[in-house]
Amino acid sequence: MSVRAAELPSRDALQQLVRAKAGTAKVHHLVPVHPALAPLLPDGGLRPGAAYSVTGGALLLTLLAEPSAAGSWCGVVGVPELGAEAARSAGVALDRIALVPQPGERWLSVVAALAEVLPVVAVRPAGRVRDADAARLAARLRERSCVLLVCGDWPRVEARLAVDEARWEGLGEGHGYLSGRDVVVSVATRSTATPRHVRLVLPDATGRLSAKAPGTGPVELRAVG
Amino acid sequence: MPPAAAPTRCLVLWFPDWPVTAWRLAEDAPPADAVAVVEANEVVACSTAAYGEGVHPGQRRREAQARCPELRVVPADRLRDERQFAPLVDRVEQVAPGVQVVRPGLAALRVRGPARYYGGERQAATALLDGLDDLGGGGRAGVADGIFTAEQAARDADPILVVPGGGSADFLAPLPVSRLGDAELAGLLPRLGIKRLGDFASMDARQVRDRFGDRGVRLHDLAGGRDSRPVTARTPPPELARQIEFEPALTLADQVAFSVRATAEDFVAGLAAANLVCTELRVHLLAEEGEHCERVWLHPACFDAAAVVDRVRWQLQAAAGTVIGSGLVRVRLEPVAVDAISHHAAGLFGAGADEKVHHVLSRVQAMLGHEGVVTPTIGGGRWLAERQVLVPWGDRAVLPRPAGRPWPGSLPDPLPATVFADRRRVEVTDANGARVGVDDRLLLTGTPAVLAIGAARLRLAGWAGPWPVAEHGWDPARATAGCRFQVADDTGGAWLLVLDADGWWAEGRYD
Repeated sequence: MSVRAAELPSRDALQQLVRAKAGTAKVHHLVPVHPALAPLLPDGGLRPGAAYSVTGGALLLTLLAEPSAAGSWCGVVGVPELGAEAARSAGVALDRIALVPQPGERWLSVVAALAEVLPVVAVRPAGRVRDADAARLAARLRERSCVLLVCGDWPRVEARLAVDEARWEGLGEGHGYLSGRDVVVSVATRSTATPRHVRLVLPDATGRLSAKAPGTGPVELRAVG
Repeated sequence: MPPAAAPTRCLVLWFPDWPVTAWRLAEDAPPADAVAVVEANEVVACSTAAYGEGVHPGQRRREAQARCPELRVVPADRLRDERQFAPLVDRVEQVAPGVQVVRPGLAALRVRGPARYYGGERQAATALLDGLDDLGGGGRAGVADGIFTAEQAARDADPILVVPGGGSADFLAPLPVSRLGDAELAGLLPRLGIKRLGDFASMDARQVRDRFGDRGVRLHDLAGGRDSRPVTARTPPPELARQIEFEPALTLADQVAFSVRATAEDFVAGLAAANLVCTELRVHLLAEEGEHCERVWLHPACFDAAAVVDRVRWQLQAAAGTVIGSGLVRVRLEPVAVDAISHHAAGLFGAGADEKVHHVLSRVQAMLGHEGVVTPTIGGGRWLAERQVLVPWGDRAVLPRPAGRPWPGSLPDPLPATVFADRRRVEVTDANGARVGVDDRLLLTGTPAVLAIGAARLRLAGWAGPWPVAEHGWDPARATAGCRFQVADDTGGAWLLVLDADGWWAEGRYD
């Protein structure tokens, strides 16, 4: 029996079909991010079921702020020194965040448990995570539509968000007060070869992320006349 | 108006100044102190020692304190009064059934049955007071026709006074009208020349009605010993608390948790039978050598058996080795707050999202312990670590310092995203490697140039300070003093540092 080539769907069409089947439900439920960060991420937000690597406490708080403001619960595992006041300033709703500061050896099972119901879980792994464990957790994340934010190493991440070229403003030699930090946030994804960058102020004078042009440094006083 | 029923023969147990006694029983305080229970700035009840100094109920608080400077002022608490009175009522019910609690500190019962059983009214009263001897309180008993007359008899008793049947009017006649407990009449009648209950009782009932209305008629009947109120015996409430005794004593937390499971299930089932669920639970642990440990646990929803067992285990783990040093002989579970079971029924289409969150967080809590899952709350204070209060999941937030105060010296935004619960030891030196300090006039001894954290040495690009913070200078135990600095290093990081008598510390990191 022969099969005619014309009846077989092309590879592209198959891929489209698969993508449509796999992606339909998910794409609508992206976890929102700050508008200034959205263009850097491949989907314009955090994709449920994926893991993202994050460096820096302020960036983590910024990522937690948007879903938290939208009414979602967030979990933070293994970060005992998370600054709660900075989190509040960044826009995180403190009555909808659950902290597990000292999970110890069982951090992985704690993350797996929280991933069942919380849409966003941040974790600082207590040790090296094995590929098999990561794969099992990834399956759980996909099944439960949970976003995992990792402060540290993780085998397969969707994107790596990092703070590059940070510079604090407002501090002089013995005077001033920290007023904001000019940063370049870089996002390296699996699909894009080169990282994308954006220049931001994180945190600004109110503790939030802002995209406006950075202000000038401290005014230097000089003796004149 | 129906004709008034003949007064029933009553026995009233009266505990003078019950709010004071209740406070004393609750706090385990010595009986000799001068104590006054105060509500709305007015003394409600006071102890014998306070009476001796000239304090009396109805006095303003400031006046009472002026009379007796060492007076201990305690806020009134109706719940405490009720709670402490309940064991006494239970005991009375064991001696004679059918007790009416008129108010905390005052209980009435029909005397006919006990009198027949104990062979006389006086004997019945003696038996009741004897039964209450070990619970404290110093009760008095009065027996008379009607609750009002019996209460007046109890007030004059030492400790028992029996007014013979039909002798109410004669007994009440010489008492002052203030005994009616009505502020308006107590003020008005003496000004009309009516100072005794007998004078008031001898007035014409119609005139009293014309002048004082129905309430006046009622008080007029009371003054004449015609108290028509019957004794309405309470139905003893179902026993909701449960306890389990261990013989021999158990030493392992797991053993206790295993043994207590059946009791916990019984406890929850007992509440469910009364259409209730427990939202606040008191667990009382008693050990072999008499040490005990008590704690109230809250639950965001309601306790099921597994949650009760978890609380017992956590409490035991926290108390073992510190409060409790020997084997456990008794666990007692008492509901502190209950709610109607209908408020906690699962929805027809499954539980809501928050319910699921709660289930999972409780599971993690069961895995890691009560302090394992926390939610942050911002309280007051000047130091970052003391401002963030971590509340275990399910507990009520108790802020040690109120958040709404100005707290001069606390930091404005932006705040460090990393706050070290235990400050980290660091070192700040000037360009020559000499340690930087401040003198008594808050002048720096050098220019900060290098920050050393562990093995890392960071060059400083900017710094600001010192900002002195001094707290509780009057209390050596709580006194803290230090100077804060903000420094920015040349790698783009910034730190919040504290310099105190012990040296340099990192309070937080801006990252």
